[in-house]
Amino acid sequence: MRRLLRGAHIIDPATGFDAVADLAIAGGRILARGQIPGDFMAEEVLDGSGLVACPGLVEMALQAHTPGHGRDGDLASELRAAVAGGVVHVALSPDTDPCADTAGVIHQQRAMAAALGLAKVYPTGALTRQLAGEALSEMATLQEAGAVAFSQGGRAVSNGALLRLALAYAADFALPVLLHSEDALLAADGVMHEGALSVRLGLAGRTAIAEQVGVMRDLAIAQLVDCPVHLRHLSTMAALDAVQAARRRGQQLTADVSVHHLLLTEQDVGLFNTRAKVLPPLRPGGERGALRQALAQGQIDVISSDHCPWGVDRMGQTFAQAPFGIAAVELLLPLTLRLVDEGVVDLATAIGLLTTGPARALGLPTPSLAPGAPADLCIFAADQYFVVDPRQLVSRGKNLPYGQWELRGKVRYTLVDGHLVYRA
Amino acid sequence: MRKALHFGDAGTQHGADGRLRHLLSMEGLRDREILHILDTAESFLEIGQRVIKKTPTLRGRTIVNLFFENSTRTRSTFELAAKRLSADVLNIAVSTSSQSKGESLLDTVDNLRAMHVDGFVIRHPEAGAAHQVARHVGGEALVINAGDGQHAHPTQALLDVFTIRHYRGPMENLVVAIVGDVLHSRVARSQIYALSILGCPEIRVIGPRTLVPAELSALGVHVYHDLDAGLQGADVVCALRLQRERMEAHRLPSLDEYHRRFGLTSQRLEKAAPGALVLHPGPINRGVEIASELADGPQSVILAQVTHGLAVRMAVLTLLAGALGGEEE
Repeated sequence: MRRLLRGAHIIDPATGFDAVADLAIAGGRILARGQIPGDFMAEEVLDGSGLVACPGLVEMALQAHTPGHGRDGDLASELRAAVAGGVVHVALSPDTDPCADTAGVIHQQRAMAAALGLAKVYPTGALTRQLAGEALSEMATLQEAGAVAFSQGGRAVSNGALLRLALAYAADFALPVLLHSEDALLAADGVMHEGALSVRLGLAGRTAIAEQVGVMRDLAIAQLVDCPVHLRHLSTMAALDAVQAARRRGQQLTADVSVHHLLLTEQDVGLFNTRAKVLPPLRPGGERGALRQALAQGQIDVISSDHCPWGVDRMGQTFAQAPFGIAAVELLLPLTLRLVDEGVVDLATAIGLLTTGPARALGLPTPSLAPGAPADLCIFAADQYFVVDPRQLVSRGKNLPYGQWELRGKVRYTLVDGHLVYRA
Repeated sequence: MRKALHFGDAGTQHGADGRLRHLLSMEGLRDREILHILDTAESFLEIGQRVIKKTPTLRGRTIVNLFFENSTRTRSTFELAAKRLSADVLNIAVSTSSQSKGESLLDTVDNLRAMHVDGFVIRHPEAGAAHQVARHVGGEALVINAGDGQHAHPTQALLDVFTIRHYRGPMENLVVAIVGDVLHSRVARSQIYALSILGCPEIRVIGPRTLVPAELSALGVHVYHDLDAGLQGADVVCALRLQRERMEAHRLPSLDEYHRRFGLTSQRLEKAAPGALVLHPGPINRGVEIASELADGPQSVILAQVTHGLAVRMAVLTLLAGALGGEEE
């Protein structure tokens, strides 16, 4: 369908375009921006006044629980949630059940995604068999099946010798490798950040140095075998320092931070609030400040929602039993705009962190609104505030600590290859 | 230094009217609330000495003891407390292994709610379990935390401060030392909050760094890693039970070495103030955290704690039941 988006504020980080303009869409691609050809006949005109249009967002880690057991959010429910949040490109975490260490799982995910026709789905293959960190996965087979990257999901490889071999083997495929870097023995069974608050609540703490040691080790191994890596959801100042040191050494790497660690602190755990149980754990305000500073200084490539939708029957569990994870892909943009409101980054930078940044880290084509590019768009009401009601979110996961938050940036239209897949 | 005490407890324990409706932790309680419980317990202590030990206070009420973890002292004193108040008592011991295969904590609670019970006394191996149940039942039933993981054991702390007050008067002039595995102890956490709220000017925690980490100072206590230094001039010494799991988790090299460094003996106690009171929440490991001669000696009030525990639990049940809705006779 030929569509004309009239009068939206277009922000396109890839080309630096940042102005109110018209956008013509035809044949699933951007036909023209600004000067619309006189003979362009739109079948539908979308009124963009008061709206911002940017490339469809990229979520680099969405746990779809497909394959899975059906009690939690699945690919169908969570892709609906993603497009409701303007997320067009979705990389799936390999920690499904069974995990994505076989071609069958990758095929299944791609086939389901194709049948759904919502967001564009990019499976990531397990870096190690069963994500157990004990044996290499069949990476060539996974790549052939369509994996765009190798990942360990939320699990660290505790055996350094095996990680060395896995990274060396992965380097042959020129696919990104996403690592959850943490010293598993130091992290032990901690369920929240280790500090005064965990001591007060009597909960097992997860020391910040588990991340620091994990990041330092993983970076050293990656350098040794000359494999570029992406470090997932960093949460501590010490880890950021290690990343900067590696960059100064000339090491190729990218890194992301979850929006939760940029907005929340360990205090949000309150009195055993399982909705704030996430991996890595929410940290003290000082660490959050360091993450924000690193973001402002351009040291972070990606903001992720680390979307993890758990079924409501998990809510009856105690804090220690409850699984890690927050479901917030629908709110990725509004939550990121909170960072804009708080002066951490400007709007164009924020959009870059949700589009070009993750695309580069995942090795995907650069999302753009330049003529000729696929018409993947996120069109949102940047100035319209709303109050978060988890029950009204599309995602089946209601495990998020943002109930009653007042945010702005509700998505109005999401287009994938020119198709309107979501309209508010 | 006491800043950590003011995190607040989000009102879970108090109803909209500000009345205490659940007892989940010492944290968040006001000093007058604790004193009211202790004063009420004094009157129940007297009842325990009568031939006829029953009062009709909770007649017609049903209290469920829901224990997901073994307990002898706490469960039996709660049961006896409820019975002496003329309540009907239902004792349910759930093995957590069978629970993990079956229904969730809240489903178990919902089934009991469907039987219209008035109160839950809950012990659970995981921190926050009682809070979760209290949030779930709201004002419909009272919830008493009888120990949740390593978080809190408020009635134990109440009976401890009751015992201290019974023998030594108000906390305002006392130095209290807590010795042992403070990190993993729900008893110690609750004691620290109870003592602080009641104005105890100096609370010390004593133990090796693997069991008494520096973060504890955020609770407003003085941290000692040397028993003799920590006991110096203490008026009250609270021993904690040492779990054998701590050895398996490599926090200690051996029980013998622990006893040599931190075991309470009559001789070590000489550093404390003359006639210092010795408490222990039980069950005691003789020859590990405390020597028999001290546990059975004149300074020990360990068995008095049990007697007081009964009175304190009667007081808590009475006061919380008073805040419940429903018609009274």
